[in-house]
Order: sequence, then C-alpha cells, then structure tokens
Amino acid sequence: MKVAFTLNGTAAEFAGPPVTRLAAALRDTLGLVGTKVGCDAGDCGACTVLLDGAQVCACLVAMGQMEGRSVETVEGLLQKDGTLASLQGSFLAHGAAQCGICTPGMLMAAQELLRANTAPSRAEVEDVLGGVLCRCTGYTKIVDAVMDVANLAMEIVPPSGEAVGARIARVDGVAKVTGSDRFGADSVPTDALWIRVVRSPHASARFALGDLAPLRSRLAAVLTAADVPFNGYGIYPDVKDQPVLADGIARYRGEAVLALVGTRDAVLAIPDRDLPIVWQELPPLFGIDAATTLGAPLVQADKPGNLLLNGGVRHGDTERAFGQCAALAQGTFETAFVEHAYIEPEAGWARRVGDRIEIFATTQTPYMDRDEIANVMRLDRAAVRIVPTACGGGFGGKLDLSVQPLIALAAWKLGRPVALVYTRPESMAASTKRHPARVTAKFGCDAAGKLLACDVTASFDTGAYASWGPTVANRVPVHAMGPYFVPNVRTWGEAFFTNGPPAGAFRGFGVPQAAIAHEAMMDALADKLGIDRLEFRHCNALRAGDTTATGQKLEHSAGLAQCLEALRPHWRKALDDVAAFNRAEGPKRRGVGVGCMWYGIGNTSMSNPSRMRVGLAQDGTLTLYNGAVDIGQGSNTIMTQIAADALGLPAAQFVLVAGDTDLTADAGKTSASRQTFVSGRAAELAGRDLRRQILRLANAGADAVLSLEGTTLAVRDGGTVRGIDLATTGPLDGEGVFDPPTTPLDANGQGVPYATYAFAAQIATVEVDIELGTVKVLRIVAAHDVGKAINPTLVEGQIEGGIAQGLGLALMEEYLPGRTENLHDYLIPTIGDVPEIECILIEDREPLGPSGAKGVGEPGLVPTAPAILGAVHHATGVRATRVPLLPHRLREAILAQGKAR
Amino acid sequence: MADYLRPAYLEDALRSLARPRTVLAGGTDFYPARVGRAIEDDILDIGGIAGLRGIDPTPQGWRLGATATWSELIAADLPPLFDGLKQAAREVGGRQIQNAGTLAGNLCNASPAADGVPPLLALDSEIELASLRGTRRVPLATFIVGNRRTLLAPDELLVAIHIPKPAHEARSAFLKLGARRYLVISIAMVAATLEIEEGRIAGARVAVGACSAVAQRMPALEAALAGTRLDETLASRIEPHHLATLAPIDDIRGSAAYRCDVVLTLLRRLLSGFVP
Ligand SMILES: Cc1cc2nc3c(=O)[nH]c(=O)nc-3n(C[C@@H](O)[C@@H](O)[C@H](O)COP(=O)(O)OP(=O)(O)OC[C@H]3O[C@@H](n4cnc5c(N)ncnc54)[C@H](O)[C@@H]3O)c2cc1C
Ligand code: FES
Ligand code: FES
Repeated sequence: MKVAFTLNGTAAEFAGPPVTRLAAALRDTLGLVGTKVGCDAGDCGACTVLLDGAQVCACLVAMGQMEGRSVETVEGLLQKDGTLASLQGSFLAHGAAQCGICTPGMLMAAQELLRANTAPSRAEVEDVLGGVLCRCTGYTKIVDAVMDVANLAMEIVPPSGEAVGARIARVDGVAKVTGSDRFGADSVPTDALWIRVVRSPHASARFALGDLAPLRSRLAAVLTAADVPFNGYGIYPDVKDQPVLADGIARYRGEAVLALVGTRDAVLAIPDRDLPIVWQELPPLFGIDAATTLGAPLVQADKPGNLLLNGGVRHGDTERAFGQCAALAQGTFETAFVEHAYIEPEAGWARRVGDRIEIFATTQTPYMDRDEIANVMRLDRAAVRIVPTACGGGFGGKLDLSVQPLIALAAWKLGRPVALVYTRPESMAASTKRHPARVTAKFGCDAAGKLLACDVTASFDTGAYASWGPTVANRVPVHAMGPYFVPNVRTWGEAFFTNGPPAGAFRGFGVPQAAIAHEAMMDALADKLGIDRLEFRHCNALRAGDTTATGQKLEHSAGLAQCLEALRPHWRKALDDVAAFNRAEGPKRRGVGVGCMWYGIGNTSMSNPSRMRVGLAQDGTLTLYNGAVDIGQGSNTIMTQIAADALGLPAAQFVLVAGDTDLTADAGKTSASRQTFVSGRAAELAGRDLRRQILRLANAGADAVLSLEGTTLAVRDGGTVRGIDLATTGPLDGEGVFDPPTTPLDANGQGVPYATYAFAAQIATVEVDIELGTVKVLRIVAAHDVGKAINPTLVEGQIEGGIAQGLGLALMEEYLPGRTENLHDYLIPTIGDVPEIECILIEDREPLGPSGAKGVGEPGLVPTAPAILGAVHHATGVRATRVPLLPHRLREAILAQGKAR
Repeated sequence: MADYLRPAYLEDALRSLARPRTVLAGGTDFYPARVGRAIEDDILDIGGIAGLRGIDPTPQGWRLGATATWSELIAADLPPLFDGLKQAAREVGGRQIQNAGTLAGNLCNASPAADGVPPLLALDSEIELASLRGTRRVPLATFIVGNRRTLLAPDELLVAIHIPKPAHEARSAFLKLGARRYLVISIAMVAATLEIEEGRIAGARVAVGACSAVAQRMPALEAALAGTRLDETLASRIEPHHLATLAPIDDIRGSAAYRCDVVLTLLRRLLSGFVP
C-alpha cells in the first residue's frame, strides 16, 4: 500500500506494510533517524513527533493512518537558513541535552506547547513534556530551556586561557539538538543482517538444543555456544564467568541462548514454537538468604557458599569504643535491583574488514570492549576496532558487553555487516542492575556527639555472574562509615551469587546503598542527643588533615564541612517553613532531611591510567584525540576546555576525534567519576606538552601568548611575535598520561585506595500524604565539593541528573524479573516528580586534578535517597528500612507505628 | 501476508468483520502489546470512518463516537457533568497518549486499571455495539465482563458511548492514585456523579477502579448517600462495609490491604470536593 503525506512541509511517500510504525518508517525507510526509539510502546516519548500539529508517539502510529496527514520531526526544526531555531538554541545554551537521546522528543513536545503559548509556566511545561522521559538531566535544565526560549541565549565563547570555569555549550551539542547525532541504532547500513537473540524465560534451567538444521535453512546463521571461540567474559581478567551464549545452563531470566541471524523480517518471523529448545526448569535462588542457606545449590559450580568475595576495613578497637559510647544507633536497610533505564537500548553493528573486525556500538568503555572481544573471538587486540557511537545514557550499564560479541561473531562468520538493537524488555532483562543490598549498621558517639565507632556489614546480591560485583564489594567497606572521622571502624562487604540478573556497575558502585544506612545512623544519633542533624554531621565531617579508616591522610580537598556550611541557611529556613506548615492540621505532613557522602574518584587501589593527545596538523587543524567516551556527562567538552587552557588556544579552535580505538589512545572507562580527574589531568598534560614544544620552537618564554590562524601559529612573547608555519615545521603532537597514585589495601583494608575524594551534602524537603503513603519531594538543595567546576553548567547537570536517579531509588524503582521488564511497570521519575533543585558548587582545590578538579558523575546520586528518607522520617516518624519506599510500604509503616504507640 | 483495511464507511467495516480482525483505533494499547515481534494481525483501522467521530449532544444526552480521543474530550464544550471524565482524561498517560488514544479503545481493552471506566460507570454510560446482525446497546457495567474481557463478539464494533442526561443538575469528579506524576497506571481510582436538587443528593453514582477485576459501582454507598444533604458531613457517611464488594489483589503497585485502605480515603476526599 502507498501512503502520501507531508513530512516537515514536503510531500513524502511510503510504500510498505501499512501496519508499519511511523517511527520505523521514518527511521528505516525515509532515513530520518532523528526520531529515536526507546521502547516502541509509548512509555518513553523519545519518538515524539507532531502529527497535524499535535504530539504523538511515532511508535504508536500506523503508516496506514498517515494518508493526507502532516508530520513534523526534529529534522524540520532548523530555520530556513539552516541555523538553530530558538528552542534548539535554548536547549544548547542551558545544557538541556546531555546524552541527547531524549532531546528530539523533548523538542517536539515543547514545540506543540510553544506554538500556542510563548511564555509558558513551569506547570504548563511539565504537563506538556510529561510524556517524555529523560534519565540524564533531572529535567531541571529542560524546563529552564523551554521557559526561557523567548530570551535569546548568547553563545559563550571564552578567549584563550579562560575556557576552564566557563559555561560553554557542549562541543558536541549542535548534533544533539538537531537530531543529527548518531546513536547505536542510527547508522546501521541498509544491507546489514539482523540478530534476534533467544533468551531464557527461566531464572534457572537446564536446556538442550534439538535439530537446528530446519532453522538454519531459513536463516543466514543460527549461533549457539559452540560458535563462540572463548565463551566467557567478565570485568576482571581472572573472572570470565559469563557466557556469550549459555551452554546448556541458564542462570537468569533473560540470559542469551541462541542468536538468529538473517534479514530483519526473517528473524522476527520465526515463531517461538519453531525454536528447538527443551527446557528443564530448576528451582531458582532469589535473594541473599536463599543463596546462603546451607546446602543451597551453587549458581557457579566453583563458588562454594555462592560467595563471590568478601573483605573489609578494620581500624582501632570497635568493641572497646562501643563500650564508651554515650549513644548508640543500629539498623538494617534493604534495597532492590535497580535498572539503569537509559533511554537508548543497547545497539550497534559490526563488519569484517579483511582480517579485522570493526564494531560500531553504544558503549562506555571502548578499550575494554576491544580487549574483551579479542579474547572472546581469540583474535589479536590489533584485529579489533571499536568505534563508539553516541551513547544515549550509560550510568554504568554500558560498561559490560551487550550486543558486541554477537554482532562481531556473526559479521566475522558471514562476512556481512550484522546489527543488533535490543528491544526495551530485552534491554531490561539482559543487562546488569544495581546490586540489591542488605546493610546492617551500628554507630556510636560520645555525649558531645563525636563519633567513636562504627560496625557496618553490607551484603550484596550479585546475581548470576560476577560482572562488577568485586568492585562493589571492595568499594563499599572503604565508604561505609560515611564522610566522617570515625576512630574505630569495622566494615565488611560481601557479595553472593543468585539467579537474579547480573548486578554490575550503577552510578556509585554500592555506595548509595551504604549511604542510606550510615545517614540513618547519623539522624538517629543526633536525635538521641538532641543535636541538630546538620550540625551533628558538621561536627563529625572529615576535613583536610584527617586520617581515614584506611589510614590515608587527607592532605587536601575535603570540603564536606564547607558544603554543610553553605547549606546551613537553607536548612534553618526549611526547618522553619516545615514547622509552620505542620502547625496546620491535615493529612499532609512536611519534613526536611539531610544526606552526606564521600566518594573516591577512580578505581579502588588499582591502576587506571588515561592517555590523551593534542595534535596540530600541517594544515593548521588543532585536534584533541580523546579516548574518554562522552556518555552524556560532557567529557568531550570538559577535556576540550582543559586542553585549551593548558595549551593556550581558544576552546573553539579544537576539533574532536573521540573514542575510536584506532585513532585515540586509551583513556580508560567512563566510570567511577574518573574522566574529569584522570583523563582531564592527562588532557591538561597533553596540552602543556604541546605548548612546551611550541615555545621551544619559538624560543619563547613560559608566559608567551599563542594564536592560530590558518597554518600559522603566532607566538607573542613580550614585544616580539614569532610566526611558526605549520606547513613547513610539520605536525606537532602533545601527549599526557596520568594514573592517580594509590596503593593496595592490606588484609585489614589499610592503604590509599583513592588519590582523591568528592564530598557532598544535600537537603530535601518533602510532603507526605500520611493517609495515602505518597511522598512528594518539594525541593532539593545540593552542595558539592567538586574541586573546581570546569564547566558549571555541566556540573550542575550531573548533580541534577543524579538527584533524579536518587529520588527514583528512594521512592519508586524496583526491578522484578518478569514483572517490571518495561518502562510501563518499571517507574523512573517523570518531569513532574523531580522538584526544583538548587546547586551550590564548593571548590576545595585538589592539587592533583586538572585546574584542581575532582569528579562529580556519581556523587550527585549518593546523598539524595538518604536526604529524602530522612525528610520522610522527620515528617512522619517512620524510618524506611526498605527502598523503594512505595506508597503502600510507607502507609503500612505509618499504620504500624500508630498501632505501636 | 496480513492485510490492513481502512474503510470510509461503517458498513464496509462491519462487512470486513466476517472474518476475525484486530480493530485498530489510536494504537496505544495495540502497539505496546507487540514490541519486538512481527505484526501478523489482519487489521481493521476504524480511523477513516467519519460516522464514528465526534462528541455530540443527542436528544437523550450525549454521544461519544468510537474514535473520540482523550484530547478531544478535554477540548469539548461539555457541562460540569463531564468534569470527572475530563479529569480522568488529563491523567491518562502523557499528552501523546491523550492525543492518540480513544475512550472506546480504553473500554474495549478492558484493563482493570483503565482510567476511563470508573467515570463512565458513574455517568451511567451505555455502549452501542454494531454488527451486520444489527446494533445493540448495553450498560457499561455489563459490557466489561472480566480482566481484558468484554461482550464484544468477533464481528462487532463498539460504535459509540452514550451518556444519558441526568434528571437533575449534576456534577462529577475523579481521583487517581499513582506512584508517579505522569505516565502511570493507577493503583486505585474513584469517580462519582452527584445529582443535586435543592441542596440534597437526588442521586449518587460512585465507582471504584483497580480494586477488582472490573471496575465497580458502589450501590451500598450510593444508597447511603441518596437523599442526604450535600454538606460537610458528606464524606463521613462512607462506611467501610459500603465497599465490601471490592476484591483487590496484591501486585507490584500495591497490596490488597493498602488498596482497601486508600480507597476509603480517596472516596472521602472525592466526596468532600463536591461540598460547596
Ligand atoms: C504510555 C501509555 C500510558 C498509558 N496510560 C494510561 C493511563 O494512565 N490510564 C489508562 O486508562 N490507560 C492508559 N494507557 C492505555 C490507553 O492509552 C488506552 O487504553 C487507550 O485509551 C486505548 O485507546 P486506543 O484508541 O489507543 O486503542 P487501540 O490500541 O487502538 O485499541 C485497544 C483495544 O481495543 C480494541 N478496540 C479499539 N476500538 C475498538 C472499537 N471501536 N470496537 C472494538 N474494538 C475496539 C482494539 O482491538 C484493541 O484490542 C496508556 C497507554 C500507554 C501506551
Ligand atoms: S519509542 Fe515511542 S514512546 Fe518510547
Ligand atoms: S539527555 Fe535526556 S535521556 Fe539523556
């Protein structure tokens, strides 16, 4: 059937099955990939377009309904002269696009509003954008961008030497607001074959494959475990426990079993009944208790007691110290599996080029991907090229392999490009999760409120495979006493295998779970002694000069006390406001809470170097070769700002080459909040290295001023100007390497696990409907010690986005295999759930960091849930011991408390 | 290969139902049920049938055509009787869903958590079904027979929702409880229409959703309210035993006990809202 319609004002035609989704037709047939697909089910709004002027989800419209109608997509937003529309400009200037995967949908939804109302209120913006989810920004800057659209934003172009600290727009931002950025699913060649992965419907099962010949005759290939040269991968070199394709045993629901390779239509058309798999279901192990029961079956045959690993920190004498405490607090806190819910599902494609394999996929870690693929395929590392596409959100979930090994194996075998794009349910079932934790804590202090001792045991459900479980179990004991000076410490972390989904890396590596416990303890001790909760924390805050429980002396940059001081006026005012509100009777009760955190930047006691290069080519092109993947957090921009000032040329003159393992050097993975600190320092060193070479060529002093025009580099030193003609001198290359200094931890957890730590405190004001058990977060004020804000807009974006995820962790997010495998049942905060956020940036300089900067990627999330839960406690007297604090859980606790009284 | 019909006339649509077809209206339930697989349904797209559109007054009340969307309802010029239904419409999904999804589709999909059902029950709606065999009208309360089951025969289409004009001045209201602000399936929702005559409740129709396989009217409560004065004591007339017919379940969104508990609160708040 032929359908004629109008597309961005021009006549268009579609010939194909009328039941085809508009989103698919736009992307696959008409080549307009600016419209994104995050779920194909109406839940995420990434596909939002205007249909006859009204916003709809393009994934829910049939092409058969399009005859004579008019559709507008992000590609139609640019002005006639090709410049950005004011809405796009406003998004860019406000930093409203981070990863950018939600941006086209946001822009189109906003467009519907702005046509009718050029000066909308916040509430109107929320109502109209309520159907588009963003996982990165916390929505704050999106609301600002839409409300501020009438005030044409000025582009900020800092001169040489003033890039660091400037709120410049993302260097990769224009592509994000025009829909021209290319994500994992956006650049698949039209002749690519397609993979459909067949996954285990059972959490624990044995299976046997029958005769695959009939299937193989209908498809290009059917891959099984037997087709994988080395069928194991995993984060740690000695733990390659996760098969690419399960070999007779499935250990979690969603585990890959078969890969069907063929045309997209062919693989989708295979009915499940034609798959020759005979399942024998086994009783699954769910939860830590089941895994640790005596005689429990082993999830991994070589891991007795289902124990992945354990370890801890011991410092001082906790038993004796507890005996001397004037006040003690204890409690046990439980958290759930949490899904990353990046709006871009895993996607990519691969091709074989001679004896090399090239992979174009969404990832947080191209170099680890390269090494892992080489290992799985038994190829030389040099034979693997990873070209990261734009990454539509990662948060730790795109550190593990996903589509890469299957597309690589199939493309290698068939000699044709092969693509794989996860569906939303597939992404949720197959990918890693935040570790469910059970944290038991006991803290004690003296009569003045000085902490004397703590004892914390954090047990984690690491799911079916190790993934980042060891990282979580190692990191948590170092952080579990909280950002406080505690002279006597015993902390313990342990992780157990279960038949849950593999728990991996998720923004904070277990620290957010532990923070829920230590912050509840701080509240309890303060309340016992009648000390203000914020002042109690201030009195115990780690400060420069203190020694941590691992025996590390914090020489510099420990700004928690400053954060709390900055919050103090907000805290006092919030307490007063809440008290005034609560004087009125009624079912709505308000409360205020405070949460603190610290976070070690980079790997725990492990080398994690970054290498960066800055090149000046003979044609005058100035290039930053940046292997640090920007997953939306803004590292492309940060690295450029840092390198620009180190070199002494304007940031605007840089061209970026990012990620590609053939073209850049290894800058490690985008995780552990390390890119600004580690790769940023490497970028700074690279810029300085190039500057040194230039100054030497020009025989100029250290204060010389550079400028670049065409192929001529002018070096002004005092009164003299010397010109360097790059065409004749040849290319120049600066390089920088940085590996943060750490030492291994001994058996008692003593050593220097991190070179520096970020500190933060947040306060939350909430309103609880005590009759319904619902919690509305009214306001959050966040104070973060970031060392130096290289780009304050991007730093705020990280904090706001982290807060939204922390709010979800506290109040709504719980992944239950088989039950919340879509964005309909798995709830993440919408634009109406995230309150107004005020960010306060504290800059307690870290001498090791570039311009004094530390990281902020994960810290935004860590204190939020503790602050919210503290506020709920303040409002109701209920201390949540299990998150998410769903309405029914809170209501039941309120009722139980009433009975107990 | 599956076929796709988009007829311009109801006659042709009904004729095409001689063999089984999936009806497609706004697609907001249809497509989410078909993620990541080939769509093989033979489809009857009813969007091209002019006779199924619109929201219009009739001599007896109002007629909502089968393809009327949530957004069209919100924009329609309707008396306060419809306020509750409009409140429900504003709470459905996000704007995109309201712009595409139809009320009729919401009823035919027959989810226990369908937000359209309680307000339409409280409006005493009747459902008009048509097939080549003729048309019939059934009360909404009998149209939905179970979780995702209706009286629709395979050859039948829902063509309109009819809402009778109440005997007295009437107002309605709706409350939804969900775990987040937008795009959320109801944990529970309540709707009521009160007919008011000289400060007294001449008639009450109250319905509760997501607390049983099919949303229900609350006859015991309605009886307790009928004839009483519309004053501040209204909410206090609700007794737990009025809700004895509810049979909520435990699910990911809430426990059964919680639903029983909050429905009382929601109803009290809903009724309090009617008090001038
Ligand atoms: C993201 C999202 C959020 C949502 N949020 C809510 C919510 O908050 N509350 C809520 O109640 N619902 C919600 N829904 C569901 C809601 O959109 C639908 O129930 C909608 O009203 C159905 O209308 P439709 O026109 O899209 O139906 P379709 O998807 O086109 O059809 C739905 C079903 O009804 C049948 N059908 C439709 N019309 C007829 C007819 N005239 N005769 C016979 N059969 C027919 C179809 O065959 C199909 O089985 C949500 C959906 C999504 C995707
Ligand atoms: S892709 Fe259409 S709403 Fe998610
Ligand atoms: S910027 Fe919104 S999802 Fe990433």
